[in-house]
Amino acid sequence: MTDQNRVIVIGAGHNGLVCAAYLARAGREVLVLEAAGQVGGAAVTREFAPGYRVSACAHICYQLDRSIARELALESHGLKTARANLRTVALATEGDHLVLDQGRLEAGVLPEKDRATLAGYHARMQRFARVLAKQHNRRPPRLGGGDRSDLIAAAMLGLDIRRLGRDSMREFLRIAGINIFDVLEETFESPLLKGALALDAVLGANLGPRSNNSVLTLLHRMSGPAAGVVGGLSLPAGGMGAVSDAIANAARARGVTIRTGTPVARISLAGDRIAGVELENGEKIAAGTVVSNADPARTLLQLLGARHLETGFVHRIRHFRAKGMAAKLHLALDGLPSFARLPSERVGERLVIAPNLDYLEQAFDHAKHGQCSPDPALEITIPSVHDQTLAPAGKHVLSAIVQYAPFDPRASTAGARAALLERTLAVLERYAPGLRRRVVASELLLPADLEREFRITGGHWHHGEIALDQMLMMRPVPGAAQYAMPVNGLYLCGAGCHPGGGVMGAAGRNAANAVLATERAA
Amino acid sequence: MANYDAIVVGAGHNGLTNAAYLARAGLKVLVLEGNPWIGGAAVSREIEKGWMYSNCSYVCSLLRPELFRDLELARHGLQVVPYGGGVTITSTGDVLGNYTDEDVQRREFARHSARDADAYQRYSTDVMRQCKFIRPLLLRTPPDPTSFKPRDIRELIFLGREFMKFGEQFIYDTLRFYSMSIADFLGEYFESDLIKAHLSGSGIIGSAMGVYSPGTAYVLLHHYMGDVDGSIGAWGFARGGMGAVSNAIASAFKSHGGEIITNAPVERVIVKGGRVTGVATANGNEYRAKIVVSNLDPKRTFTKLFDAGDLDPEFVKRARNFKIRGSSGKLNIALDGLPEFPALGKDNPLRFGDMHFLDSLEKMERAYDDWKNGTWSKEPYLDLLIPSMTDPTMAPPGKHFMSVFVQYVPPKIHGRDWTDQDRDGFRDTVLDMIGRYSPNFRSLVRHVEVRTPRELEDEVGLTEGNIFQGELTMDQLLFNRPFPGYAQYRGPVGGFYMCGSGTHPGGGVMAAPGANAAREILHDLRRPNVVPEGWQDD
Repeated sequence: MTDQNRVIVIGAGHNGLVCAAYLARAGREVLVLEAAGQVGGAAVTREFAPGYRVSACAHICYQLDRSIARELALESHGLKTARANLRTVALATEGDHLVLDQGRLEAGVLPEKDRATLAGYHARMQRFARVLAKQHNRRPPRLGGGDRSDLIAAAMLGLDIRRLGRDSMREFLRIAGINIFDVLEETFESPLLKGALALDAVLGANLGPRSNNSVLTLLHRMSGPAAGVVGGLSLPAGGMGAVSDAIANAARARGVTIRTGTPVARISLAGDRIAGVELENGEKIAAGTVVSNADPARTLLQLLGARHLETGFVHRIRHFRAKGMAAKLHLALDGLPSFARLPSERVGERLVIAPNLDYLEQAFDHAKHGQCSPDPALEITIPSVHDQTLAPAGKHVLSAIVQYAPFDPRASTAGARAALLERTLAVLERYAPGLRRRVVASELLLPADLEREFRITGGHWHHGEIALDQMLMMRPVPGAAQYAMPVNGLYLCGAGCHPGGGVMGAAGRNAANAVLATERAA
Repeated sequence: MANYDAIVVGAGHNGLTNAAYLARAGLKVLVLEGNPWIGGAAVSREIEKGWMYSNCSYVCSLLRPELFRDLELARHGLQVVPYGGGVTITSTGDVLGNYTDEDVQRREFARHSARDADAYQRYSTDVMRQCKFIRPLLLRTPPDPTSFKPRDIRELIFLGREFMKFGEQFIYDTLRFYSMSIADFLGEYFESDLIKAHLSGSGIIGSAMGVYSPGTAYVLLHHYMGDVDGSIGAWGFARGGMGAVSNAIASAFKSHGGEIITNAPVERVIVKGGRVTGVATANGNEYRAKIVVSNLDPKRTFTKLFDAGDLDPEFVKRARNFKIRGSSGKLNIALDGLPEFPALGKDNPLRFGDMHFLDSLEKMERAYDDWKNGTWSKEPYLDLLIPSMTDPTMAPPGKHFMSVFVQYVPPKIHGRDWTDQDRDGFRDTVLDMIGRYSPNFRSLVRHVEVRTPRELEDEVGLTEGNIFQGELTMDQLLFNRPFPGYAQYRGPVGGFYMCGSGTHPGGGVMAAPGANAAREILHDLRRPNVVPEGWQDD
């Protein structure tokens, strides 16, 4: 085999590994180069205090594509679920929590009207999310390019919407572009329920509940579960890193070589074609194809270089909105915290703190002006309840997404980090009195920290906002949404491409298909 | 009891346009208006003796030229006088002006940022292309995307073709443009915060969204797609105030034999056997017609004019959930002289246009934050004009009329109704702000008419005082306006139609909704169409 046939995958995130595995399955020689000391990218488990391990970025598995898990036989490569079908507990300070199992109220008190509408609301959203889910494993069409396959793909998308039926289609077209605030206000009464449901719509996004587009982010979030994923909202045994490890094992079993601790310095060209990569240690590796799991800006502007690209394209890449809005909190606890009147067997569920819509909106108001929320909203898991490997016996780890923390120089200082940690602990203390005394060690990662640790420009865990103008045929940017970049032999395969973030694997597989399709055509 | 072919409820400019076309097609048409005067929100009234206020809408650009010509509004007395200038003054006295001369404009931008001066060329081209795309759609009925009727499918194909004909890049630009925030959109072109703030006002006027809210870029287009005398994007004054627009259309209507009754607020639409048979007014009169057209906003129309039993409860719920949040207010000020603005110096031509007092996008957004928190903005966005400088008929010689559009102003104060005290507080916030930029302004003030959402709702009838009869967000645009499935001007009851700004293509003194509704009515009556359709300009 010549160097020309070799494929280099930059980055061993879950999408990079999936892509590598599929390329290897098709008989390609694949080399994965990972800068960090271990595989996984943002789906990784690591120790943050002696004896305490945590899913350092993504912390709940809810979008892993079932067909990918099956095709790569991830179970036989070591993927186990510690706990499937996590319930969502909307925490209330007084202890009047709501326990939700998808669209079903499992415990707690809701007004009569809300009880009646909840299931219908969930079913409707799920129906709409399925429209998005159907697109996940398709190459998004180019519009106006005149290509027959693109026209067919665009027609399929239209057909999927049309198949909803007249009333649902009208409702879909009405709400797809608007905000979750209005939708919830016209549907429900309970502030706690509205707060919890709205959090799902804005988690990780640069949006408040009143911002248009927040219905779409909710549908994107629901699109995994709607398509049927492994175990609903689940916690993998060994943390999210176990997902990446299983994919890496599957890839290796197919002959993929993975080199960790090997940062790539640049992507090199020969004429108008990819020639390979150059590592930071100076080593050069030749390859005819390079697939990058890094985010679009890092891949194209840093590793490749703007001078090799057309100006208008560079402009669009530069304006790909990718500023993170969420921080990640890790706490090592010397015992299980207790939340006001929450039965201890519920403490291991997905706990959310978003008491009402105004709370969320006000949290966002600070962030849009460049400050961390003084009263952040939280999505909390205590995975050690289900998985003893994560903490010493009798001890626990708490992992929380802290919303909002903007990627902004004003909010990225040591002082801002300390202040947000303090405020977050104060919020937690309100719901779980005595929790602070149990904290043995803590770690708070601001978007700037996420950028550094996971090499994601802007520290956005989806590589970029999920928005109407940054999805499908416009993700990451128009004209480059079909995985192939405007340089021969260069592809993207990360969350910056369709269908976006969440530990899904679809972008990786779609990219592999794009690479193989190009070769078949050649 | 009098019999008519059609009754139009409300003598706003759209109601009058609708009536004028129906009358021209030979129908016997009656317009019923609740106020003692006609015009709705396109009205001029002499509140202070000698001064003509444009009480609500205050500038003219969107009025469709096809309708202007077709209804011969010039012959009926309407004259639109273009104005130039326009300026943003910062709190530190810096200035950014509007010039019609491209080269001067370029140098003005370059003074703040050389890079932005270049970007402005690109920006103008891109926005103008969007205008070119949307303008042909204004005088057309939106297709129902769920329908299989040949007419809808034909129209969908037409839309698709229009969309594709500008090429691949345009398609993406458009999809992005319709969903972005004005801040992000401007951020793709400009670096200067002042330039961005200066241009962002058009993205939020009349909307209950902030400059950072996705969906505001489109609102900008809504303020750019008009023209004066063929100059796209230009704005003008209706000579004699905006009431001149309504008066001219009313005159056209009457010339076709139409009848207007004022002081006749319609209380109820009478429905029998699933069809309208007429209306009843508050003063006890009944008028019969097989066709009733409402110029009122959709929420008011379907929550106030009908007996609950005549409408499907699901439909009423939808009307109740219609987004029509009030976000703006207005001050109409009679001045004893021309105020000085030291930042502009003497005789600066920029004073002839819209004046703004802004510093940054962040300040604009904070003004919106106040609204969300239930109070009027402490540092509001002002669109301030002195029309009497261009049109001397608005005030006695040597005196002036100042129109100040103010945003954001909530429909309720911390959840409760406005009081007179709130209104005075709001007035003072605005007057103080202007006073900070014009030291002699306060001493010239002779009379102030204050319009909060309360007054706009009570006097003009606009629910919550929303100037567009419903927000311009994606759930309420094109085939979603006002409600999905009801965007073709037909109501849920036989013989009932909507013709206000709450229908496609929305607010602004455009007259397109009224004309489009008339076309649909004539279609249903199987009468020949007399209403201009589509694109007859450029």
